[in-house]
Amino acid sequence: MKDFLLLNDFSCGYKNSFKLSDISFSVPKGDFAGIVGPNGSGKTTLLKGITGELKLFRGAVSLNTLNLSAMSLVEKARNIAVVSQFSEVADIPVEDYVLMGRLPYRTMWQFFETQNDLNVAERYMKLTNTFHLRHKLMTQLSGGELQLVSIARALTQEPKLLLLDEPTSHLDITHQVQILNLIQQLNIELNLTVLMVIHDLNLAGEYCDHLIMMKAGKVYLKGDPHEVLDYDHIEKVYNTVVITQKNPLSGKPVIFLVSGKVLSKRKNV
Amino acid sequence: MKRKYYKWGGFLILLLMLVMLAAIFSISSGELKIKLFDIPGIFRTNTGIEYSILTKIRLPRILLAFAVGGALSLTGAILQGIYRNPLVEPYTLGISGGAALGVALVIVLGVYLERGAFMLPVGGFTGASLSLILVYLLSFRRGNVNINRMLLIGVMVSFVASASMMFLMAVTTSENIHSIIFWIMGSLDEPNTTLIRITIIASLSGLLISIFFARPLNALRLGENKARNLGINSNKTIRILFLIASLLTGICVSVAGVIGFVGLIIPHIIRSLMGSDYRFLLLGSFLGGSFFLIVCDILARTIIAPNELPIGVITGIVGGVVFIIMLSKVKVAGN
Repeated sequence: MKDFLLLNDFSCGYKNSFKLSDISFSVPKGDFAGIVGPNGSGKTTLLKGITGELKLFRGAVSLNTLNLSAMSLVEKARNIAVVSQFSEVADIPVEDYVLMGRLPYRTMWQFFETQNDLNVAERYMKLTNTFHLRHKLMTQLSGGELQLVSIARALTQEPKLLLLDEPTSHLDITHQVQILNLIQQLNIELNLTVLMVIHDLNLAGEYCDHLIMMKAGKVYLKGDPHEVLDYDHIEKVYNTVVITQKNPLSGKPVIFLVSGKVLSKRKNV
Repeated sequence: MKRKYYKWGGFLILLLMLVMLAAIFSISSGELKIKLFDIPGIFRTNTGIEYSILTKIRLPRILLAFAVGGALSLTGAILQGIYRNPLVEPYTLGISGGAALGVALVIVLGVYLERGAFMLPVGGFTGASLSLILVYLLSFRRGNVNINRMLLIGVMVSFVASASMMFLMAVTTSENIHSIIFWIMGSLDEPNTTLIRITIIASLSGLLISIFFARPLNALRLGENKARNLGINSNKTIRILFLIASLLTGICVSVAGVIGFVGLIIPHIIRSLMGSDYRFLLLGSFLGGSFFLIVCDILARTIIAPNELPIGVITGIVGGVVFIIMLSKVKVAGN
């Protein structure tokens, strides 16, 4: 399947203020795609448009050739799982939270979880290495644990597409790598299609198969990390001078930032 | 997981037993002491003054306490869930303010003198319905609900209603003021059996329908958008639950006056004991509220017998004290 997730002439946003326009791109099945771009370029708005949280002004999103705006909420939740950032956490035991991933599969009169629900939740808690946390409350978890548990809940939805909104922000490098390795593993082993908003360009380059670079509500560039993370493009989109090189081990692009002091010295020479 | 269900079952049985114990105790206590062991005999003979006291006065009262206590507490649990705010109670919505204003109007205009005491609940329910329509229309006008806006509108409607009521009290006779104040303080003394029947049916059906929404309510604990991503129609859920909660509040306030505190603290206590899973919380809060109000009613009837204290006074004092003790002793879940 070449165009698994397809956005065609997509436009969404907020009335009389920020909006996205002319967004067209596709993500093939089993791809690990990243959305990068400066603050306010519309990355999160794009995710909200795909999930249907924001109404589309124009265009369409389709998943596996099915139009998403024609899909019911339940059907959508069975196909797309979202891992968003936690702004506030409720007093819910981790196990109950993960089991909420089974909500799209409940029948009308179902009051309790089925044995299958419990099995699926257990499987993904074990896969994300959070099974030992199951009796803790969400409020007792660290930032990294919350993110892992949130991924476990998303997997419990058994989705075909996983959307992530900056899963590694506010985490130290141990957890950044742990989370992204997990997502990469899921992408490969479960052939799960992933679309991730990520701020850190180095992580984006290291992990993603394809990148979509946004600027001012439009797609500036899409392609593989080598094409997108070129110093020329980054300088234009971010208005920042950078040096790009290759990671000696992975061969993926790496971005170096340069301080103003060093830059002004260079200019004076 | 199974262990959790057993825990729920056990606690439910405990609550049911508490409700029954309180009811039995309530039926035998009062001005005329009736021994527990005599009660089956009195029902068998079904004549005499004791039989009429039991069936005409005490039983209806207990049933009303059961229904009103349960409904107020259930409403509190539902509203704290949809607003995700632990301070919300049935009276925050502005519905009770409308009901109180309706009753005050009936009293001040003297309608109840001409048409009978039945006009009081009718006035209350009319006021409640009008403010319900107002809050609903203002909150849901623009498609998606904004929870905070909805809360603010409710609070504002409350303010306007209570200010209007003060205006009425300022211009009317002291006799009318007395009636209004006594009505507001709440009473379970309701002679009209039709009203009691309506209240019982309404509160039980409210319980039944809201349990149907237990799992969507669980998801709403994460916020509307996250619930939506789990396939829950947050908007529809909030609308329906808001309607159930306001109708129940309206009916309770019209029949029994403004009995405070039940809807605020009972859901809190149940939540801190058993966690915030709505599949249990709704039923648990209902039974807890029933038990609490039956007990408070016993106190209201017996403390200064043969006179009766307004039940709102008892619920406030007992509830407040119990809650403060609980907060200082028991660790509230999550901390």
